[in-house]
Amino acid sequence: MILELNNTLKMAKNTKLLTDPINLNNPITIQVLGICSALAITVKLEPAIVMSIAVLFVMAFANVIISLLRNTIPSRIRIIVQLVVIAALVILVDQVLKAYVYDVSKQLSVFVGLIITNCIIMGRLEAFALGNKPWESFLDGVGNAGGYAIILIIVAAIRELLGSGTLTLPGLGEVHVLTWLVENTGYENNGLMILPPMALIVVGIIIWVQRAKTRELIEEN
Amino acid sequence: MKLDTNGNFYTFIYAAVLVIVVAAGLAFTAIKLQPMQEENVRVEKMQNILQSIGLDPTTENASELYEQYIKKDFVVNIEGEEIEGKGFDVNMKKESRKTFKINTLKGKMEKADDSEKEAFQKEIDEVKSTIELPVYVGEKDGETIYILPLQGKGLWGPVWGYIALKDDFNTIKGAVFDHKAETPGLGADINKDWFEDPFQGKTLFEGDEFVSVTLYKGGKGSAVIAGDTNHGCDAISGGTITSKGVERMLKEEWFYNYEAFLKRNK
Repeated sequence: MILELNNTLKMAKNTKLLTDPINLNNPITIQVLGICSALAITVKLEPAIVMSIAVLFVMAFANVIISLLRNTIPSRIRIIVQLVVIAALVILVDQVLKAYVYDVSKQLSVFVGLIITNCIIMGRLEAFALGNKPWESFLDGVGNAGGYAIILIIVAAIRELLGSGTLTLPGLGEVHVLTWLVENTGYENNGLMILPPMALIVVGIIIWVQRAKTRELIEEN
Repeated sequence: MKLDTNGNFYTFIYAAVLVIVVAAGLAFTAIKLQPMQEENVRVEKMQNILQSIGLDPTTENASELYEQYIKKDFVVNIEGEEIEGKGFDVNMKKESRKTFKINTLKGKMEKADDSEKEAFQKEIDEVKSTIELPVYVGEKDGETIYILPLQGKGLWGPVWGYIALKDDFNTIKGAVFDHKAETPGLGADINKDWFEDPFQGKTLFEGDEFVSVTLYKGGKGSAVIAGDTNHGCDAISGGTITSKGVERMLKEEWFYNYEAFLKRNK
């Protein structure tokens, strides 16, 4: 009986690990981490999607590796160990992309390297993987990467649509969504949307909407 | 026995082992994947060259089309004389660095005293004499096309391109540009058709002077407004530094090297 209850509790906890970072504990909008890449690669939708997948891979595996090593890591050099693990994974991803999917690798160019500096990954390693078992760490990594991806994709979609009038999807190329709008109402592409400040403002608007809609996030005072 | 994970000795050994394992793993993957990566770069180069003469090759058929359309590739020196070597094998990055060096030296020479000028001039000539300039000769629809590669600096990294010339060595038949890391949506658009297509039909010479192509700032139609319809194209708004880099590449930072070769054949 107790075992059964224990199992259900564990299941519930694991689901929470996956779903919490999507909304209630979103790395970008609630923890305000990883803003730098949210500014840099959200001009077009396609790089944003590919970046999300790359971050998912790196974050999940870095979490697992650190979690496996957690009892052996000397606490004085733990940040360095984390960095080495992240950097190694990122270079691995970069090399594999260059060899097998050259087009995608060209798309991502410098941004793959930027994953190393993504503070969400370091944050999760430090806050979660160092104190939890591998499977939970894996779920936490996937969940947080998911939360990151959702915001990235929303911001990229808004910016590309209003800034360039297109949506670039992997495999489909540029889809000119606003063509009829341009023809019928004279809408002009808003160049400001392509510039970095607008990413910040869009993220700000998302935070506002999210806080207004989610009961748990409304502060008392 | 419980390990003391905070001891100095343990920490040192741990760091050393970790770094060695990671380094060995990465070195192994890098070496294993290198042939595939080099092949990708080679195919991309062929694709770029073919695009400049108006073809649209895929990764799969690039090699085949290259065989079919590109008849010859050779190397010329700064005087425009053909020298030994295959154009395709020239390391463009290395060659463009020589041009950057010449430009830096020229800058220094201007500021230097008269007595030092000679030494600078000698050094410039020395570097100039080692420059290798690839030329590709293509044939499409019975027309001979000369394709000249470009290499320069953008905002975040290298930019490069290919200019295809008609056999008068003056009129541009097609142009392709590409980049390593320019800003998506802004500078990165140099590899888009709307930036490349206007180069078609532009001429490199004004009378006998090699003027190459100038990029005009200010959005669509700025080249026409500036009254330069023969040698002018529109720059990218918001991508100023990339556009400037492309223009320098079309002029003093690379393309002017071909002046002697073009004049010799014109």
